[in-house]
Amino acid sequence: MDLPNAETLVAHLADRIAPHVGADSALVGIHTGGAWLAKRLHQRLGVATPLGTLDISFYRDDFSRIGLHPQVKPSDIPFAVEGRDIILVDDVLYTGRTIRAAMNELFDYGRPRAIRLAVLIDRGGRELPVCPDFVGERIALPQHQNIQLTLDASLRFVLSLQS
Amino acid sequence: MRKNPQINQHGELNHLLTLEGLPREILLHILDTAASFVGVAEREVKKVPLLRGKTIFNLFFEPSTRTRTTFEIAAKRLSADVLNLNIGASSQSKGETVLDTVDNLSAMHADMFIVRHAQSGAAHLIAQHVAPYIHVINAGDGRHAHPTQGLLDMYTIRHYKPDFSGLRVAIVGDLMHSRVARSEIHALNILGTQEVRVIAPKTLIPSGVEGLGVKVYHNMAAGLAGVDVVIMLRLQHERMKGAILPSAQEYFKYYGLTPEKLAYCSGDAIVMHPGPMNRGVEIDSSVADGEQSVILPQVTFGIAVRMAVMSILASSGS
Amino acid sequence: MKLVIKGGRVIDPKHGLDAVTDVYIASGKIAALGAAPAGFTAQRTIDATGLVVCPGFVDLSARLREPGLEYKATLESEMEAAMAGGVTSLVCPPDTDPPLDEPGLVEMLKHRARSLNKARVFPLGALTQKLEGRELTEMAELSDAGCIGFSQADAALTDTMTLMRALQYAATFGFAVWLRPQDVFLSRHGVAHDGEVATRLGLSGIPSCAETVALSTILLLARETGARIHLCRLSTAAGIGMVRVAKEQGLAVTCDVGMHHVHLSESDVGFFDANCRLVPPLRTDADRAALREGLADGTVDAVCSDHSPVDDDAKQVPFGEAEPGATGLELLLPLTLQWAREDRLPLHRALARITHEPARLLGIAGGQLGLGSPADVCVFDPDTDWQVDRKALYSQGKNTPFLGARVQGRVCCTLVEGHVVFDRLHGREARKPAVS
Repeated sequence: MDLPNAETLVAHLADRIAPHVGADSALVGIHTGGAWLAKRLHQRLGVATPLGTLDISFYRDDFSRIGLHPQVKPSDIPFAVEGRDIILVDDVLYTGRTIRAAMNELFDYGRPRAIRLAVLIDRGGRELPVCPDFVGERIALPQHQNIQLTLDASLRFVLSLQS
Repeated sequence: MRKNPQINQHGELNHLLTLEGLPREILLHILDTAASFVGVAEREVKKVPLLRGKTIFNLFFEPSTRTRTTFEIAAKRLSADVLNLNIGASSQSKGETVLDTVDNLSAMHADMFIVRHAQSGAAHLIAQHVAPYIHVINAGDGRHAHPTQGLLDMYTIRHYKPDFSGLRVAIVGDLMHSRVARSEIHALNILGTQEVRVIAPKTLIPSGVEGLGVKVYHNMAAGLAGVDVVIMLRLQHERMKGAILPSAQEYFKYYGLTPEKLAYCSGDAIVMHPGPMNRGVEIDSSVADGEQSVILPQVTFGIAVRMAVMSILASSGS
Repeated sequence: MKLVIKGGRVIDPKHGLDAVTDVYIASGKIAALGAAPAGFTAQRTIDATGLVVCPGFVDLSARLREPGLEYKATLESEMEAAMAGGVTSLVCPPDTDPPLDEPGLVEMLKHRARSLNKARVFPLGALTQKLEGRELTEMAELSDAGCIGFSQADAALTDTMTLMRALQYAATFGFAVWLRPQDVFLSRHGVAHDGEVATRLGLSGIPSCAETVALSTILLLARETGARIHLCRLSTAAGIGMVRVAKEQGLAVTCDVGMHHVHLSESDVGFFDANCRLVPPLRTDADRAALREGLADGTVDAVCSDHSPVDDDAKQVPFGEAEPGATGLELLLPLTLQWAREDRLPLHRALARITHEPARLLGIAGGQLGLGSPADVCVFDPDTDWQVDRKALYSQGKNTPFLGARVQGRVCCTLVEGHVVFDRLHGREARKPAVS
C-alpha cells in the first residue's frame, strides 16, 4: 500500500487549520507523534500562545489491563485553559479512546471555550463518538495494521506501516 | 542468593519494602514517573483517574499523622479510595495479630496496604502473607526502611544536582535508629553517588555500617568538608538524654547544623531533613529556613513520588 | 527379648569401633559384638545391611514444653520426635511453666516420661526459684527427684553475689551448674547478632561481648567456687577461645554448642526469616568456623539439637517479636552428618559429639555400645535424602531454618533398652524388613 507523503499532509493540514486560528487559540499535542506534529503546526501557523503537550498515561481506560506506560512524560500546559480555544493535535485517529482521555485531562486544567481536533491521518475504526475537525487524509486500514508517524534521519516526517 | 521478595517473576515491582537490592532502572523509573505527577498538583483539578475504584488501606500500627497524610493525599490524587486505620493499641491489645488484621482487610477487597509498624520486617511479613494481587508499601518499619522517604530524597537531590556520580552526600545524626538513613544509603549507592558519608558520635553509629557503603566520620568539620548534600536526621526526644547522649545542648553544639558548620560544605550545598525537625537540636533555624534549605520542596516532591510508587505497583502483574 | 542387628556398619566412638559386624542384645543390654554369645537365639533380627548402627544419641538440650506449654508441644509429640531422630537420652532445661523448681514437678515429669517408655529424660532443675535469679532452689531435694544438674535456662541471673552463692551451694554437693553466658544488659532488646546484617535489617543487636563478658564472670566464679560448670550454647569465636584457655589451665568446665550455630550464620536471616530467630543469635561466618574448630579440637565437648518447639502463632509475627527457637531433634543426625562431610571428619569423630561425649559429661551410661551397657541404639541410613517439611516432622514444632531444605541421613530404627521404639524399616519396599 502506498502511503502519502507526510510532509505534504502537514502542509495541507496547516492550511485547513489556519483560518480558524485566533488570539485565544492554543495548540496541544498528544505524546509522542501528536506532540511532534503540534510543534510543527505551531511554527507554521505562528500561534502566539505557547505550545502545550499532553501525556495521557494517567487517563487511559486500559490501565487496569496493561498497566502504566513505561515512559510517562510530564504533561505541559503552559497557559490558562479557562476560556481558551484549544486545537488538540494527534498523528493518527483510530478508536477515539486517546482523544477521550486527552479531553478528560484538559478539563482537569480548566474549562476551555472549545476543543477542536486535528489529525494527520484518520484511519477509521472508531469505538467512541469522536469526529475530527481537521484531517490530513483519510485512509481505511484493516484492524491488524498500524500506521505511525516517525522521524527520519533528517528529522522529516515519515509515515510507516506495521502489521 | 535469596529472591528479592518485592519483585515478581516478570521483574516488575510488586511491593515496595526496601530500596536495598532494587535494580537501578526501577529506581529511575519511579523518579521519572514522579516527575509527571509533580505537575498534577499545580492544576485546577489536582487529581488523575488512574486508581479509580481501587481501595487502599493506610495501615498504621505506629502513629504518624504526617506520613499517613502524605500517603492519603497521594492516593486521593490518584482517585483511589483511602481508608485510614490507626491500629496501635486497640486491636493488638485484644490479641489480634498483624496477620489477623491483614486477613480481615483483605476480605474487604483491599488492593493495596500502606504499612507503618514499629518492628523491622513487618512489611515483609505482610507482603509474604497477602494474596498475589495485593500490593504492599512499607511506610516505615522499625529501624529497617522507609523506602518512599528515601526515594523522595533522591528525587529532591536529583532536582537540584542531576548527576549523582559527582556528588558527596553526608547524612548526619541518629544513624543507629534511623530507617530513613538506611533507605537513603541504599538509594544513593544504587544511583552511583561518588561518596556517601555518615557523621555522628559513636553511640549513634550502628555496627558494621561501613558494609552498607558509607564512610564514617565523628567530626562535623571533617565529615562536611566539600559535601554537596547534607541530610540531617531527626533525633527522637527520648534519646536526647540518657545513656546514648548526655544532652540535647551538647549534641547541638557538636553535631547540630549551624551556619558555621554549613560553611564546611561546598558553597552550593543543599540541606535536607526528613522532618519533623527539632530546631535547635539537630538543625539551627537559620539553616532550616535558609536559602540552601530544600526541606519544603522535599514535602512537595514526596507526594508525587508516592503517587508514582502507587501507580507503578498497581500496574504490576497486569 | 533377644535381638540381633545384623550386617550393619557398627560405629562406637567410645571404643574406636567402626566395622561391619553384628550386635547382639539381650535383657536390654549389649550382649556381644561380632559372634553370638553361647546359646543366643534371637527373637528378632534387624537387617542393617548398608546401614549404620551406633549408640542412640544423647542430646544436651531438648525442650519438651511440659509442664505448662502444651500448646507448643507435648511430651508425647516430642518423645516421638526424639525417637524419629534417634535420640535416646535427652536433657530438658527447666524453663517450663511453672519452672522445674520443685521436686514434685520433676518427679511428675520423670514419671510421665518413663510411662511413655521412650527416650530417657534428664531434667535440669531450676538454679533459682521461678528462675527469677533471687532465691536458691532446694537443689539436693531436686537432685534426689532426678535432676541431673541446675540451670537458669535463658533466664537472667544479674546478681553476681547470688550467682556465686548458687555455685558454692551446688559445689557443696558436687552438682553441675549449666549456664548460658549472656550479659543481660549488653543483650537487652537484642534480637540478632550485632553486626552488618542486623544493621542492614534494622534489628537490635546482641554484641559478641554480651557472651564474653558473662563468660569471663562465670569462669572467674568457677575458679573461685570450684563448682562444676557446663557452658551452654556458646556462639562466638572469642568465647570459644576463652574456654580453650580455661581448659588448658585445668579448669573443670565443659561446653556445648547448638547444631544450628554449627551450620548457620547471621546472613541466613535473609529477609527477616523468623525461623532464624534463635537464642543465642546466629553470628558471623568466622564465629561459625570457630565453633567447628572448637568441636574438632575438643574445646567444645558436644553438639546439641537445642530443640525448642515453637507454635506457629509465635513465629508469624515480625522478626523482633517472634519467639526464639527451632525444632531440632529430628535434624540432629542429618546435620551432624552434613557437618562431618563438610569438614571431612571421620564419622566416628562427629558421632562422638552427639553420643559418647555428652554421655560422659552427664555421667550417664548411654552413648556407647560397650558390653553390658544399655542397648540404646540408633540404626540409620547415611545416604537417604529427604526433604524437611512440616509433614515429615513428628515434633509438634514445625519451625526450623531448614524448612524446605533437603538433608541427607535418616534414622531407620531406634532402640531404647533393647526395645525397638521406632521403626521406619517396616513397610519399606527397597529393603526387606527382616524379622525372623
